[in-house]
Amino acid sequence: MTPTVTDQELMGRGTRDGARLFREWFARLSTSAERGDPAAYVFVMGSLAEVLRSFDLRIVFPEINSLQTAVRKVSDEYLSLAEDHGFSPDVCGYVKADYALQIRRGQHPMGRIPPPSVAVLTNACNTYLKWAEIWERMYDVPIVTVDVPGTRGPGAAGVASAQDFERDRKYVEHQIRELIAVLEDVTGTPFDIDRCREVLRHTNEMGRSWRRVLELNRGTPAVFDSMLEGTIYLGVANALRGTPEGARYFEDLVEEMEAKRLAGVSPLIDHSEEHRLIFVGVPCYPIFRRFYQLFSEWGGVFVGSTYLWFASGGLNIDFEYDLSRPIESLAEGVVLGVRKAVDSMLFQDDAIIEAIDSFDADGVVYHPVKSCRTVSTGLADSRRVVLENRDVLCLYIESDMMDKRVVSEAQLKNRIDAFFEGLQSRKLRLSGAKPAKAATSGAASGPPSGATKRGGG
Amino acid sequence: MASSDTARSSNPETRLLDVDLDQELPRVLADLRDAVEDPDFPTVRRWRDGGGKVLGHFQVYFPEELAHAAGMLPVKLRGAQVERREADSHFGSYLCSILRSTLELALSDRLQVDMFVTHPICDAARNLAGIWGRNLPQPAQILYLPQNPNSAFSSTYLEEEYARVLRDLEGLVGKRVAPADLRRSIAVFNQNRRLLRELYDIKRDSPWLLPVDEAYVLVALAGILPREEHNELLTALLPRIRSRDARAQDRMRVVFEGGFCEQPPLDLLRSIAQFCYVVDDDLLIGLRWILDDVSLEGRPLMSLADAYLNHSSYSPVQHDLRKPKEKMLLARIRDARAEAAIVAAAKMCEPGLDEQVAYGQALDEAGIPYFLTEFEEKMTSYDHLQIQLETFVENLLFA
Repeated sequence: MTPTVTDQELMGRGTRDGARLFREWFARLSTSAERGDPAAYVFVMGSLAEVLRSFDLRIVFPEINSLQTAVRKVSDEYLSLAEDHGFSPDVCGYVKADYALQIRRGQHPMGRIPPPSVAVLTNACNTYLKWAEIWERMYDVPIVTVDVPGTRGPGAAGVASAQDFERDRKYVEHQIRELIAVLEDVTGTPFDIDRCREVLRHTNEMGRSWRRVLELNRGTPAVFDSMLEGTIYLGVANALRGTPEGARYFEDLVEEMEAKRLAGVSPLIDHSEEHRLIFVGVPCYPIFRRFYQLFSEWGGVFVGSTYLWFASGGLNIDFEYDLSRPIESLAEGVVLGVRKAVDSMLFQDDAIIEAIDSFDADGVVYHPVKSCRTVSTGLADSRRVVLENRDVLCLYIESDMMDKRVVSEAQLKNRIDAFFEGLQSRKLRLSGAKPAKAATSGAASGPPSGATKRGGG
Repeated sequence: MASSDTARSSNPETRLLDVDLDQELPRVLADLRDAVEDPDFPTVRRWRDGGGKVLGHFQVYFPEELAHAAGMLPVKLRGAQVERREADSHFGSYLCSILRSTLELALSDRLQVDMFVTHPICDAARNLAGIWGRNLPQPAQILYLPQNPNSAFSSTYLEEEYARVLRDLEGLVGKRVAPADLRRSIAVFNQNRRLLRELYDIKRDSPWLLPVDEAYVLVALAGILPREEHNELLTALLPRIRSRDARAQDRMRVVFEGGFCEQPPLDLLRSIAQFCYVVDDDLLIGLRWILDDVSLEGRPLMSLADAYLNHSSYSPVQHDLRKPKEKMLLARIRDARAEAAIVAAAKMCEPGLDEQVAYGQALDEAGIPYFLTEFEEKMTSYDHLQIQLETFVENLLFA
């Protein structure tokens, strides 16, 4: 039966189920912590979940743990504790929150986090390396780096020959085999290639659905907000990667999004979709909901987001593991996925320009943050290129994803309001209509009120 | 492509350094300091004026032998104390100075390179390739040095990665580089490494003969001169330094840690030298990364890869399970017979600031006194630091 827009069970199901799955996920972590089950610490960009799940290891994402402290308004407690231990206010807040979490023996607002039995990281973010060194010192557990050579440069310099790509893939394959040997030692369990195939299959299924979900947002109106709902979907994509639950969740999500597309249902509740935006960076978690509202109350919808590219562990690329040669194919997927993730932070201007075109976007919002130099360093420069190549408006606002000391809501609002006034004025100008006085003068004008046709979500 | 015999694109006999080495030693060292601090890089200009090509490589380590064998001048990009008129608009906040000043040098044409290479040493530096490529016509790329030196496959990977870079260099100069060219370059750099080790021997054994700021100048020149010329310079000066008329004073022997990427201003180092003997440090560690002679036998690129991975120093930006940084620092302090450490970090330098925490904890446990500080290449006032450092030293001397 094809659901209808009035089907309340279907509308917003992805958000509700996502929240439930996350609560359950944290509950399982708490249980593991109490029982002393082995746990593997990993990161979202190259989690190697497919290998770890083959050993049935409990997977912990310290990045997710940390951002949850900000969403739940307690990150300052964790940051302060880490800074009391000598950490600078200028370093990554995720690292500091996790450090404090370890000092607090895993106590977290969502439950209790088990300590690591092993940690696996890639070089997608250099801070991963510094972060893992903390666990190395604290716990003396195996720390395995899977070094993934990235794109070597912008433009032509970044186009790898088939020979160069194969060399990188082999390097990663070799490291994955070394990782497997470490995990056999940690768990006392031999590697099961068929179990690995099963996990890879679930990731393939999840990836297919994930890409369809992203694609559906190209329509008008968008079917979800990439920063709000997208972040929930992203969390599930990471936490349940390679599981049947995760694959099923995204299959259901596609169903919901297809239904919304057919019905023309927007994710905005009280406003119509007025402005289609691309988000570049990491969300402002200390005021997550409010940050979203600052845009949505103007009818702004984030139809695309680089966050959903680089933090999805490569799910956004059109690649599926070849189950007939699992390890070789996994290595290929890791190279492609991590490389794409890093490219969307280091060399992202072409991808943003492509997104502007394919998502029919009116504007781009750049949100560099103090905590993350990987994401933030090149944004000011990248923006210049985008503006030179496309006739869109760009907003550049700095804050943080963890540290509310550098989040000024009033300043953000001023900048965001001015951005939308500019967008509105521009649209009126392009349509030939006479601009409203407030918009043309730049005087403060409030967000539009009232809604036309909205759905839940 | 031309044969390997004609690989040099500029005459190595031409001296780039315009300093009269026959002057009194203090005058020579002052002139050398001027050369190092000159933000217009006159030695590099002279090289280019002679038709030579330049490879600019960002901190920390680059196998300069590759560029040398291709007939290029490898130039270590280590920022500069320049007014930033153009670069700042390309960056956001919360970033270190060296990133900005390095781009400023290029955008302002003070330092022209024919190819730019950066490394995944930190999240900010990796971004520099994209920014460079978007704003400057010369090719820019990232050399992915292995961040998993513990993999048995890393040396094979690195040898092939060096071969890839070498192919790019060959394309740039239009000449093929033969293994024999590489071996000749390795030999030149081996001599340079021996001379730099000798320089550090002087610092360690007779620190009153060579204060940290002067030693720094002598090392930094390696980053802007052909190695042959730098070898001649050190060969001429080290004996004169050894025979200097200077007496040991009652100063504390310290290790300076935190100069692996952004460089502290020379005046800051001079301020430290007023109170301490810096008997070892990690300043410009990339120029001293390889600890032994690189083998001239076998495949030269594999020899260089092996040296990088297995016969090398340490820094906060290389992860190697065999080299826990805090233990390496303790060993450096012990080997240099230092009594204390200055643990510095450049402002906004994530790896350096993170490492400060681990260093502090390890030094606390080892009972070694240390002085924590932050610096910035553009800082100009050192009064506060001097007072703090003087207090630190006096507290230890009169404890």
